[in-house]
Amino acid sequence: MLQKTTSGGDKVIQCLEREGVEVIYGYSGGAAMPIFDALVDSKIKFVLVRHEQGATHMADGYARATGKPGVVLVTSGPGATNCVTGLLTALMDSVPMIVLTGQTITSMLGKDAFQEADVTGITYPVVKHSYLVKNAADIPRVMKEAFYIATTGRPGPVLIDLPKDITQGPCTAPFVDTVSLPGYEIPGRADAALVKKAAALLMKSKKPVLYVGHGSVISGAGKAIMQLAEKLNAPIVNTLLGKGACPEDHPLNQGMLGMHGTAYANRTVQHCDLIMAIGARWDDRITGKLSEFCKDAVKIHIDIDVAEFNKIVRPDVSLAADAKLAIEDILPLVSKLDTTDWLKDIAGWRKQYPLKYAKKGGLRAQYVLDRLDKLGGRDCIITTDVGQHQMWAAQFCRTTKNRHWLSSGGAGTMGFGFPAAIGAAMATGIPSWCVVGDGGFQMTLCELATAALQKVPVKILIINNSYLGMIRQWQELFFDNRLSGADLEGNPDFIKLAAAYGVPGKRVTRAGDVDKAIKWAMAYNEGPCMIEAEVVKEDNVFPMIPAGAPLSGMIIEKPKAKMEKPTGST
Amino acid sequence: MPAAPMTNEQRGSKFELDPGKAPRRDIVTDIIVQPLHTISLLVRNKPGVLCRVAMVFARRGYNLESLVVSPALWNAGDGTAPGEYSRMTITCSGDPDALEQIIKQLEKLIDVVHAIDHTGQAVIECEVALLKIKVGLKERTEVLQIAENFKAKVVDFGAASVILRCSGETEKLDVFIGLLKPFGIIELVRSGKILMARGLDET
Repeated sequence: MLQKTTSGGDKVIQCLEREGVEVIYGYSGGAAMPIFDALVDSKIKFVLVRHEQGATHMADGYARATGKPGVVLVTSGPGATNCVTGLLTALMDSVPMIVLTGQTITSMLGKDAFQEADVTGITYPVVKHSYLVKNAADIPRVMKEAFYIATTGRPGPVLIDLPKDITQGPCTAPFVDTVSLPGYEIPGRADAALVKKAAALLMKSKKPVLYVGHGSVISGAGKAIMQLAEKLNAPIVNTLLGKGACPEDHPLNQGMLGMHGTAYANRTVQHCDLIMAIGARWDDRITGKLSEFCKDAVKIHIDIDVAEFNKIVRPDVSLAADAKLAIEDILPLVSKLDTTDWLKDIAGWRKQYPLKYAKKGGLRAQYVLDRLDKLGGRDCIITTDVGQHQMWAAQFCRTTKNRHWLSSGGAGTMGFGFPAAIGAAMATGIPSWCVVGDGGFQMTLCELATAALQKVPVKILIINNSYLGMIRQWQELFFDNRLSGADLEGNPDFIKLAAAYGVPGKRVTRAGDVDKAIKWAMAYNEGPCMIEAEVVKEDNVFPMIPAGAPLSGMIIEKPKAKMEKPTGST
Repeated sequence: MPAAPMTNEQRGSKFELDPGKAPRRDIVTDIIVQPLHTISLLVRNKPGVLCRVAMVFARRGYNLESLVVSPALWNAGDGTAPGEYSRMTITCSGDPDALEQIIKQLEKLIDVVHAIDHTGQAVIECEVALLKIKVGLKERTEVLQIAENFKAKVVDFGAASVILRCSGETEKLDVFIGLLKPFGIIELVRSGKILMARGLDET
C-alpha cells in the first residue's frame, strides 16, 4: 500500500497538535486550501467564523481566559488583512496568538496574484514576530519558534504566512523540540541587588501603593501580590486590564485607577509616597498629565519587557522580571509596615467619593451592571467592548478571579467584546457575559451565527443608549454639546435580530425587570442569549480625569463651567 | 560561548548618551544638524529584518543619516554558518530619551541579537567617500594637492573630471568635501559610517 506523503499543510497541523492546540478559529479560502484539507484528518476543532476579525478576537478571548495561545487560520489577501485589527489588539494587550495566513505560491509573490497581499509587510508593526515560509523544510522550526515567541516573555501575536505551494508540496523535515533564538532574551528573576533596593524603599515608605497591571494577570502574580499587600498593609489599585489579578472585593483593593477609575483609587495614587507598578506600563489613561504624576513619590517598576523602563516614567528601581517571581523575591525582605494613617485617609476618600449614579430618570446602565455584579457576575467571565459601558462595567462589576475580566485596553477595539466572549466561553466552559454597547456590538454581530452554532454559554448584555455614548459625552463636556458622528439612529431591533439567529433575548426598559432578566440569562445555558437594556440616552461616566489633566483635575460630576478641550493623547 | 545575559543596570548604563556633543553644521547641505548617534546592530540575516529595523525609526518620525549593512561574523554559539548574521551600523540624530527607547525597541526585535549605542565611546570609525569633480587643467594641481594632503586617491582621471576616493573619520571627510566644494563636485557618494569598539569591548 502506498503511504500518503506528508504535505506542508499536514505538517503545519501536526505541529499545532504537538503544541496542544484544541481549537482553531478561522475562515477558509483558496490559498489556505491545503491546510484546510489537512484539518479534515485532525482532532483539532475548527470554528468557522463569519468574519476574520471575529476569529482573531475569539482566539484572543481564548488566550486571555486560559493563558494558552489562541490560533487563527485564514486565507491570503483580504482574509489576512481582516486580521490586522485583531493583531493590534493582541499586541497592545500582550496576548499570545498564532495567526496562520495562506499566501499565493512562492513563484507569484510580488506579482499581484489573485488575493495576494504583502501580509508580512502589512503586519510588521502589529506582530511580536512574523514569518514568511519559503521552504517546506522550515515548517517545523518556524512553528516551534512561533509558539515559543508568542507565549514567553511579554506574550504577543506571531504571524506565519504560508504560500500554497509550500503547504501543498511534500514536507519531510522532522519535528523540532528546541529553539535557538540568540536575539531573544527573557528575563526570569530580577537582579538580587535591585530586589533588595526595592524592598528597602518599600520599608521606608509611609504611604505605599501597589499598582497592578495586566502583567500581573498574565504572570499569575495575584496571590503573591496579596501576600505582599497584607504584609505591608499597602493599598492596591489596578488598571483596566489588571482587574482580577487581585480580588477587587478585598478591603485593601481600591479598584481601578485612571481616567474613569474610582476617585479613591486616584486619590490614593495622587497622595502616595511610593508607587510600585507590577506588570503595568504607566499608560496615558493612568497617569494623566505626566509631569504632575506622582511627582514626589518613589517609583518602582516591575516589568518583563525592559523597553517599558524609562519609556513613560523614570523609575527609581526597575526590576526586569516576571511579576510573580519578582514579588516572591521581595516578600521575604519586607516586614509589617505601619500604614494606619494612610489607610485611614483612603477610607475617608472611599466614604467621601463612593461610586454613585442617579437612581431616578429611567434605567441606568450602572444599575444593570451593579445588579449583574450582585447576581453572580463574579463567578462568570466578563468581557466588554469599548466605550461607556466598558468603563461602567469596570467600575461596577468587581472582578475577583484571575482571567475573568477580558477587555480591549491598549487598542480600544470596538467589536472585541462579543467574539472574545465566544472564545473565552469555548475555552473554559465558564458562562461568559459580554457587556457591549449598541455601537460595538454591531461591528461583529455576524458572529451570532458562530455563537449559536457552537452553542456557547455567552450572555450578551447590550447597553443600548442609541449613541456612541463616550463620543457624545466628550462632545457634551468639551465641545459645547456639538454632536457629530455620535447618534446611532437606525439601530435594529436587537431582540428580533438575535431571534433570526435562533438566539433568545429579553428587552429590559425598567429597573424592576433587571433582576428577572439577569437570572433568566444566568439559568439559560443551552447556548447564547441576549439581554438588551434600553438605558438613559444621555448619561455620563464619572469620575473622569480629562485626557492630559493631572489626577488632581478629576471631576466627580458634570461641572457647571464650560471645560477646555482635552490636551491628552486622544 | 554565549554572553551572560545583561543585568538591568548594565542595560541602563548603555543608554547613558553623551550630552556633550553639540549640534553641527552639515558641510554639504549647510543645515544645522543635531549631534549624531551611532548604533551598531548585530542581526540575524533574515528576510525583512532591515524593514523591521527601519520601522522602529520610521514610526517615531526619525530619519536615518546613514545605514551600512554587511555580512558579520559572530562567535556566540557554535557553528555559525556563513551568512547567518549581519551587521548594521546606523547613524541618526535625535534626543537621547527617544533614542534610548529606539534602542530598546531594536533590542526587542527577535532577529536583533544586540543593539549598542556607541556615542561617546572609544571607537574606531571609518567612512569612504567618492567625489567626482569637474576640473579643468587650471585647477587640477590645486585639487590634487588637497587630495594628497587628505591621502585621497585619484581613481579616475578624465579630461574634464577626476574621481577621488577618500577614507577616514566622518569629520575628516566633511572637511575634505568642504574644501573641494568650490571646484564643483558633480557627484558625491559616501559609504556611511562603520565603526568598531576599541579593545575587547563589544561592537
